Amino acid sequence: MRYSVFSLLGQALAGNTGWKPAWRDAAPQPRYDVIVVGGGGHGLATAYYLARTHGIANVAVLERGWIGGGNVGRNTTIVRSNYLLPGNIPLYELSMQLWEGLEQDINYNAMVSQRGVLNLYHSDGQRDAYARRGNAMRLHGIDAELLDREGVRRLYPFLNFDQARFPIQGGLLQRRGGTVRHDAVAWGYARAASDRGVDIVQNCAVTGFLREGGRITGVETTRGTIRAPKVALAVAGSSSQVAAMAGLRLPIESHVLQAFVSEGLKPIIPGVITFGAGHFYISQSDKGGLVFGGDIDGYNSYAQRGNLPVVEDVCEGGMALMPAIGRARMLRSWGGIMDMSMDGSPIIDRTPLDGLYLNAGWCYGGFKATPGSGAVFAHLIARDEPHPAATALTLGRFAAGRVVDEKGQGAQPNLH
Amino acid sequence: MRIPCPYCGPRDSSEFAYLGDAAPRRPADGDAEAMATYVYLRDNPAGPMDELWYHAQGCRSWLVVSRDTRDHAVSGARLAAGASA
Repeated sequence: MRYSVFSLLGQALAGNTGWKPAWRDAAPQPRYDVIVVGGGGHGLATAYYLARTHGIANVAVLERGWIGGGNVGRNTTIVRSNYLLPGNIPLYELSMQLWEGLEQDINYNAMVSQRGVLNLYHSDGQRDAYARRGNAMRLHGIDAELLDREGVRRLYPFLNFDQARFPIQGGLLQRRGGTVRHDAVAWGYARAASDRGVDIVQNCAVTGFLREGGRITGVETTRGTIRAPKVALAVAGSSSQVAAMAGLRLPIESHVLQAFVSEGLKPIIPGVITFGAGHFYISQSDKGGLVFGGDIDGYNSYAQRGNLPVVEDVCEGGMALMPAIGRARMLRSWGGIMDMSMDGSPIIDRTPLDGLYLNAGWCYGGFKATPGSGAVFAHLIARDEPHPAATALTLGRFAAGRVVDEKGQGAQPNLH
Repeated sequence: MRIPCPYCGPRDSSEFAYLGDAAPRRPADGDAEAMATYVYLRDNPAGPMDELWYHAQGCRSWLVVSRDTRDHAVSGARLAAGASA
């Protein structure tokens, strides 16, 4: 069923009794051309672009839980392409451009809202760093504006400009950045992929790999053996665990990142704001809740829940930035497990095993990359060569000394 | 989360700085491939793990803490200086 204003009106008049499930809850077949392990945003997008761009529709997406139950529903919904390094910029800008056309492409309302992402700076050194970042973006054809203090004040007069310790000097603004409804991204890609013939198999955990010599030829799952000449992993959060079944060790640690939502408020924050003197970022959902977050907890975790010191730290950052939110009550918080890679950048590459492809290491920047990640991963799987936007993000870059380290922190995942 | 520091007793984890997995050992001969494995590759287990924590706001000792990464339960801590290698 194609969604349009006419289908909406027709269903409204018919009492909404004619809606069909958005995608087929498929049973696994014994054989496919490609198996995508992981039914999160990246896995679903990969399957969709395999079918749409490369004509490979005999694809299964295997999801351990249910569609929308993993990190695609555990993020803070922010999209942007304000990166610094030439190894990262093309991928995130490809992703940004795909966001801009996504809803028409997949015929699904993902509530893409380009409301602007503003990174505040609080010192001369930070201003210079953001000027450099903005220049790098503009050299790649991406919009970036360096605002002074008055420029920020015109956008957000309620911020604490004269905070004694970290007065706001200005900010780097990407107007094309914004937010996207994350659940709708999962559902929309699932529907679009399913419509093109992709089998979406839920409650199907991979328990092992089929090997013939150095080749992967399929997977063992809780729903039986499934064969395919190409198996693609998009299981960020659990990448090390799944790769270990194939005998691979990855340059990744799993960490928990928390996020928070306040009670619903009237509109107060039109865009996305990040605090430059601590790690805190905030936006307001269309429902009215303030959506905010900060640092990862800082130690390896698979618990999907965080600890209180980070909650306190995030809320302190929020109070330093905009004391007006101090009376709002926090409604709920949650944790998601991140693939924290050794240089803070993702890995999209073939593996030492023929037929096994890896998409991992997204740290806490995976959601914004969902369409781009799917597009470049599908390209890699279909053609066995990297997409031009993701040539630097190889698995071998660590041993070769060509890391893509945005923060310059070195091989210490909890600092990225 | 509390860490039972051998010197200071049970202390809040926010007093400590985290380094990571205590298992990797620096290769003695400086072989490039072994060095890359040591610096970058991790087992990243879901379950019990020995890891290095530094009691920065306490006795300033490096500890090997045994902790379960699935539920954050800490089962013990000892001084890293006394650990093997």
